[in-house]
Amino acid sequence: MLYGAKMAWRHLGSAPGQTALLVAGVAAAVFIFIFMSALIGGLAELLVNRTLGNQAHVTVAAPDRPLPLLVPAQGRHILAARQASTSPSLGLAAPRAWEATLAAFPGVRVIAPKLVGSGVLIRGEVTRPVTLTGLEPGRESAIIRFERSMVAGTAALAAGGVLIGETLARDLGLSVGRAVTFRADNGNSVTLTVSGIYRLGLGQLDEAAAFVPMSAAQAVLERPGRVSAIELKLDDLYAAPAVAARIAAATGLDVTPWTETSAQLFEALRAQGNTGLILKVFAMITVVIGIASALMLTTFRRRGEIGIMRAFGATRRFILYVFVLEGALIGLAGGLAGALLAVAALSPFPPIEEVQPGQLPVDLGQGSIGLAIWLTTLGATLAALLPARAAARLDPVEAIQQ
Amino acid sequence: MSAPVLEVREVHKVYGEGATATHVLKGVSLAIDRGEMVALIGASGSGKSTLLNILGTLARPTSGQVTMLGEDLTRADDDTLTEFRNRHIGFVFQFHHLLPDFTALENVMFPSAVRAGRERAQARARAAALLAQVGLSERADFRATQLSGGQKQRVAIARALMNGPELILADEPTGNLDRQNAMQVMDLLARINRESGTSFLISTHDEEIAARCSRRVVISDGVIAADKRAAR
Ligand SMILES: Nc1ncnc2c1ncn2[C@@H]1O[C@H](COP(=O)(O)OP(=O)(O)OP(=O)(O)O)[C@@H](O)[C@H]1O
Ligand SMILES: [Mg+2]
Repeated sequence: MLYGAKMAWRHLGSAPGQTALLVAGVAAAVFIFIFMSALIGGLAELLVNRTLGNQAHVTVAAPDRPLPLLVPAQGRHILAARQASTSPSLGLAAPRAWEATLAAFPGVRVIAPKLVGSGVLIRGEVTRPVTLTGLEPGRESAIIRFERSMVAGTAALAAGGVLIGETLARDLGLSVGRAVTFRADNGNSVTLTVSGIYRLGLGQLDEAAAFVPMSAAQAVLERPGRVSAIELKLDDLYAAPAVAARIAAATGLDVTPWTETSAQLFEALRAQGNTGLILKVFAMITVVIGIASALMLTTFRRRGEIGIMRAFGATRRFILYVFVLEGALIGLAGGLAGALLAVAALSPFPPIEEVQPGQLPVDLGQGSIGLAIWLTTLGATLAALLPARAAARLDPVEAIQQ
Repeated sequence: MSAPVLEVREVHKVYGEGATATHVLKGVSLAIDRGEMVALIGASGSGKSTLLNILGTLARPTSGQVTMLGEDLTRADDDTLTEFRNRHIGFVFQFHHLLPDFTALENVMFPSAVRAGRERAQARARAAALLAQVGLSERADFRATQLSGGQKQRVAIARALMNGPELILADEPTGNLDRQNAMQVMDLLARINRESGTSFLISTHDEEIAARCSRRVVISDGVIAADKRAAR
């Protein structure tokens, strides 16, 4: 229907002011659409970076031990309520093999085992309760991003080294290179050298945690060859529940996604996403109403022409096609213009990792630009359908006589 | 004699319903033969336009039969009628009704292009020849809005001829023109009628115009009151 396209093009070109205004209106709506997507996406990313940045997306641990059966079951019915055991499990044996298994799941980006135990750090007269965590050397920053948060020393753990938070270091009067003793709850002790001091801005981690090489933790906690959990980071944060379910089904291990441990954050992100969605829907409604009303006026103004075209052999389909195409072209042009505008306006915003307090966290990568253009064109086409249908159904006699 | 180009039998047309119903055509029967140039005369409001629209398949009669080139169009669907009009009927209206965003040449090409889906080179050549025939070669690339009233009407006539129709229906084609332009247009129609044998039905109030036609049909009070062929 080349000819119909030519006709639509001529119509749009014959009133350049009106066409430009329409395209500008659509472009504004598309700009809002993209801006909202980028802002909501950026906000979510910022929130996630700040809170989840130092957490695993999925945690894989050994399943709870089965409870021993205390009463022989001969000839009796036993009704038992199962309660999760209160003593810490022995942990996961053969972590290397599990790591290989987990690496095979699609969407898994980072794998890091850890061994957790508790005890106190002792320096002279002062003691402080701490959670001791063993990390694999070389993967210290896989989950918690120590590298970015060091205030002294290095994040790399060497044999005999320990990483502690700034608050704890101050409480114990420690600095890099100083020795400190860890005594585990089981009574074992080990002397460590502070190799790095970090500031994460997270209370518990800054004042009551110590990180040591995995082998040291296994020795002092008496868990040779075992880990408490293997932590994962995923390519897509929001895939965590699905990935967790798949891993649990395949391995029988106890698998927890972040959406369970940080349910409130998850809810907040969802609510924020919904708010953005509402704004985007309104932007699209504006496009649809604007184009529908403009085309109604256009088809009314061109009634006489439509009648003549019908008299000279234009089918209803042809008329419909011409005016729907006009709507689609306006939508496409507005979509492209709005997208260009958005790219130009949003490009100067810093990447999310570098956003300073008070700055808008805008992530153009999450602007859904393609979707915005596609939805606008689609919306404009649908908006044009009604006036175009009315035009196609005009009685040619009435249209010519007016 | 061959079958008539167009024939209507016992056509009635009623506008509206109930108390406000207007019975405009009250049993009109009329046949137009090949090569005839018919003037349709009647007072204002007598139903000339109504009859022409029914003959042109733009409107349907309330009752009665419309046959063109041997085909009964009374019950044909919209697409069939549209295609039929496109091939066999040309229109010239009182107000020229050119497409304002198109040039004279593009307007003339419209009936061909809308059927083919594009503007063929062949059609372009024919349109140019038709514009030459109506004396408007130099205006071919002017926008419709840049033409005078008489020029527009001549472009409209060229457009009506584009697909080589058997019949041209002209509803007061000179009603909007001064005498000189009106006579020029009538001369043009008469020449086309002579040279190509296209049949014409021309509605008018104007006796001088009617005098140029080969047959004179008078409509009055919704019926054909007189029908007279000029003795040649
Ligand atoms: N759509 C309509 N609805 C109701 N009545 C109509 C309609 N169209 C025409 N009429 C009536 O039908 C009658 C004939 O109208 P028509 O336009 O056919 O007359 P005409 O002979 O062409 O007049 P004129 O010479 O003024 O053009 C008029 O009384 C008119 O009011
Ligand atoms: Mg009339």
